[in-house]
Amino acid sequence: MPVVTYISHDGAINEIEVASGTSVMQGAVDNMIDGIVAECGGSCSCATCHCYIDEAWLDKVPPASEMEKDMLECVLEPEDNSRLSCQITVTDELDGLVVKLPASQF
Amino acid sequence: MTEACCIVVGASHAGGQLAVSLRQQGWEGRILIIGDEPFLPYNRPPLSKTFLSGEKHIEDLLIRPEAQYEKVGIEFLLGQRVKSIDRNNKTVTLNKGETFAYDKLALTTGARVRPLAIAGSELKGVLYLRDISDVEHIRQFIGKGKKAVIVGGGYIGLETAAMLRKLGLQVTVLEAAERILNRVTAPQVSEFYTRVHREEGVQLETGVEIQGFVGQDRVEGVQCGDGTVYPADLVIIGIGVIPNTELAQAAGLEVENGIKVNEFCQTSDPDITAAGDCTNHFNGFYQRNLRLESVQNAMEQARVAAATLCDKPIEYNALPWFWSDQYDIKLQIAGLSSGYDELVIRGDQNGSRKFSAFYLSKGRVIAVDAINNPQDFMFGKQIITRKLLVDKAGLSDPEISLKDFLKK
Repeated sequence: MPVVTYISHDGAINEIEVASGTSVMQGAVDNMIDGIVAECGGSCSCATCHCYIDEAWLDKVPPASEMEKDMLECVLEPEDNSRLSCQITVTDELDGLVVKLPASQF
Repeated sequence: MTEACCIVVGASHAGGQLAVSLRQQGWEGRILIIGDEPFLPYNRPPLSKTFLSGEKHIEDLLIRPEAQYEKVGIEFLLGQRVKSIDRNNKTVTLNKGETFAYDKLALTTGARVRPLAIAGSELKGVLYLRDISDVEHIRQFIGKGKKAVIVGGGYIGLETAAMLRKLGLQVTVLEAAERILNRVTAPQVSEFYTRVHREEGVQLETGVEIQGFVGQDRVEGVQCGDGTVYPADLVIIGIGVIPNTELAQAAGLEVENGIKVNEFCQTSDPDITAAGDCTNHFNGFYQRNLRLESVQNAMEQARVAAATLCDKPIEYNALPWFWSDQYDIKLQIAGLSSGYDELVIRGDQNGSRKFSAFYLSKGRVIAVDAINNPQDFMFGKQIITRKLLVDKAGLSDPEISLKDFLKK
């Protein structure tokens, strides 16, 4: 099973096995990782699952939709590597993915 | 000493989150969730959308898989209903007679559909949409070319209409009020959704008085006050919900259009908290009591209630928000529009499928309906919570970024 590493804002590292086909957000929620809120349950409606993709993985993650891009411009402290984790589906190709979580989702 | 036990009544979105939050906040005792549906807590919003269409299955709806609850020692008793709460002895009793002792209790009992009790409402094919079994039932009646009549032009009715059109049914929406979404949006937003649904081939009628459902064994039509009969292979009724407060009321807790809770989600009994659709709570932003039907409120209150139960109180203070997906349109609503005295439209409401409606009260934005306009939603939320006085001409001009308002 692919492994995703979640690095919390305080530096805590969680290496989690996330089944292919599951979103990066769901992997965090399933494992009760604090930094992801995911109020809308993954329908790209709330931007409370914001994460930063580790630079090494940027070109391997499929690009964001227009809707997601629009939402990302409004999150707290957006960066070029900002994504909504509900919109990233884990695949075998993403085994080893590293994401960093923001200080706050609100 | 035996370990402390927290019982959560209702395996709902709020119930599941509350249990998880209890663990996150350091509750070390037993956690038992009792739910009357046979399922682990699941996401309800997809029910009227991707679950109805068959794209998503039950396991996709679950908020967390079973193993994750096991891992942190959250126990479930599913398919069981709590009959009564004995606050003196601190026990709950199930319908089947079994009794469990609690130290702390959390009520996350949610809401149920408001039934329409008129002639023919017992006919086969007269259906509601609130839980998994409702949708499984609806699925037995749908198919390409079938005629569906939706009673009620609220969000549930309209989302269902959109999905049934996508599945190739002939869809009629009947609304009693003079316009759809009457209770929740401005007339301009109602007009927009009326146009969209008609463009998508839905027959939409307002000001309709429904007298009854006709048919032998199965429903065949909807009989209206003006004599019209709308033919139907199935009818879906979406006229709102009723909070499940009977258990709390019978236990002597304060109930008034929901279980009354304070800003810490405590009921009138300090050992009992409540969260989600079943609560009536004070909202500091709008300075009035509210009962909200939303995922956000369920999750927020669940966290607050869990913190209270762990003696680490945090105050509930959230701006309500909602969303609705219909066809290719994502509506995001921030705040509550009730009581607005002015409306500012940003964008083209008549020709396009992208605009926003800002609701103002005394010059300040109190709510926004953002249609395919996530930035207006996100920045709108901030404009509302920061209580900014806004320049209306600027607000109505989509060329001016709302970000500029926030810099001031």
